[in-house]
Amino acid sequence: MSLKRKDLLGLAPLSVDEITLILETADSFKEVTGREIKKVPALRGRTVVNLFFEPSTRTRTSFELAAKRLSADVINFSPSSSSVVKGETLLDTARNIEAMQADIIVLRHPSAGAAEALARGVKSSVINAGDGWHEHPTQALLDLYTIRERGLSFDGLKVAIVGDVAHSRVARSNIHALSKLGAEVRLAGPPTMMPWGVEKLGARVYRDLDEALRGVQVIMMLRLQLERQGRALFPTIREYARLYGLTAERVRLADSRAIVMHPGPINRGVEIAPEVADSLSSVILDQVANGVAVRMGILYLMSGAS
Amino acid sequence: MTVVKNEREQAKLVMDAGDISRALTRIAHEILERNKGVKDVALVGIRTGGVHLGHRLVKRIHDIENAQVPIGELDITLYRDDLSLRKEQPVLRTTSVPFDISDRIIVLVDDVLFTGRTIRAAMDGLIDLGRPAEIQLAVLVDRGHRQLPIKATYIGKNIPTSRDEQIQVLLEEAGEDDRVVIHKA
Repeated sequence: MSLKRKDLLGLAPLSVDEITLILETADSFKEVTGREIKKVPALRGRTVVNLFFEPSTRTRTSFELAAKRLSADVINFSPSSSSVVKGETLLDTARNIEAMQADIIVLRHPSAGAAEALARGVKSSVINAGDGWHEHPTQALLDLYTIRERGLSFDGLKVAIVGDVAHSRVARSNIHALSKLGAEVRLAGPPTMMPWGVEKLGARVYRDLDEALRGVQVIMMLRLQLERQGRALFPTIREYARLYGLTAERVRLADSRAIVMHPGPINRGVEIAPEVADSLSSVILDQVANGVAVRMGILYLMSGAS
Repeated sequence: MTVVKNEREQAKLVMDAGDISRALTRIAHEILERNKGVKDVALVGIRTGGVHLGHRLVKRIHDIENAQVPIGELDITLYRDDLSLRKEQPVLRTTSVPFDISDRIIVLVDDVLFTGRTIRAAMDGLIDLGRPAEIQLAVLVDRGHRQLPIKATYIGKNIPTSRDEQIQVLLEEAGEDDRVVIHKA
């Protein structure tokens, strides 16, 4: 079994076997990240370009660290410091990067479909690091890895995804993958933040958070995008926190060994209470640590000669 | 399936279960003799065949000297010298060396020594985990045709081969009867 793909654009097109291969490959890299010398020579001589059209610290740093620990050369390219502000198109920017012999381009872009458009235009492998409201496959893969690392199996697993699901690429990638793997996905949040037609993917929408949380083994909180306030999606932050914030009492509705996840950055006291974020059931920092191992696995699998 | 059957028919037995067992017993004695016991000695098996053989050596050393030798498992995939040439990357398995290798005498264990490229990769992988006092190499079969200046410290059996022949070490741990066979190309 190997990954016979040039690009990783989303989890919707991936098979269960492909997802499993990525998670198992990440296991080997988890061992590497635990060593004193956290570096292996697998991608020596390869060039990875981080092309980020949206601000991101976590994802970009995670990819950078992953590539460096595989001995690849890494270039960080962000539009504010480049010719993009001079009017260059995405494809022209990417072709210039490719002309510098980039093997893998990691793209973060505000428009859905940007990664796919880029992948069609360049020979380099493209990894989608988030495109608009579409997908964020590596974040979902590290979420899956973290769930699996806790000894939970996906078949029949009850997962609640809470918050602004409609505008969340993290949620979308997770819904695709978790449904494929046989998990029961519950979505909770204000009606203005629930996507249309999500039932077709096998997810169920709950109006009441308490009901959605009952008996789940995984609680996945989404960041409330505060910059969306004033766009009539929710009246006030206080009301949102009261109705959809995860408190210690609400965690008790879930399975006694339930884990609490969050893709970060967290808004303490809004979608998640500080004591929950810092509790033993919180795996938020494990997610960050696992992100590097999972991305090393993805970079390794995509590094086959063209 | 017919291909497999034809290969089986052409396979020539070069070591049977008894031969393998006696070779491992001798190697265990040689490890003890060369290192004057097993103080500071640890074994590291190269996945997958070397791991099985390593565990057998641990048991034999225990039977002879009543000493427990630590054993680790090394996956050399990330250290291969052909990764940048391959279209699809090989499946990784996990390295697990649950002890500090620094200042220890490490005996690498593998089933077949051929070009020496695996051993080169294994030594690089090992040195990323620490600085061993010494690295020794134990193999069940040395079939020649080295492409690197590498030599085994302990050899179960020297089997002269031509380059296009295939040597297969089949072990009980992998669901086979213990034997070593040679396939004509």
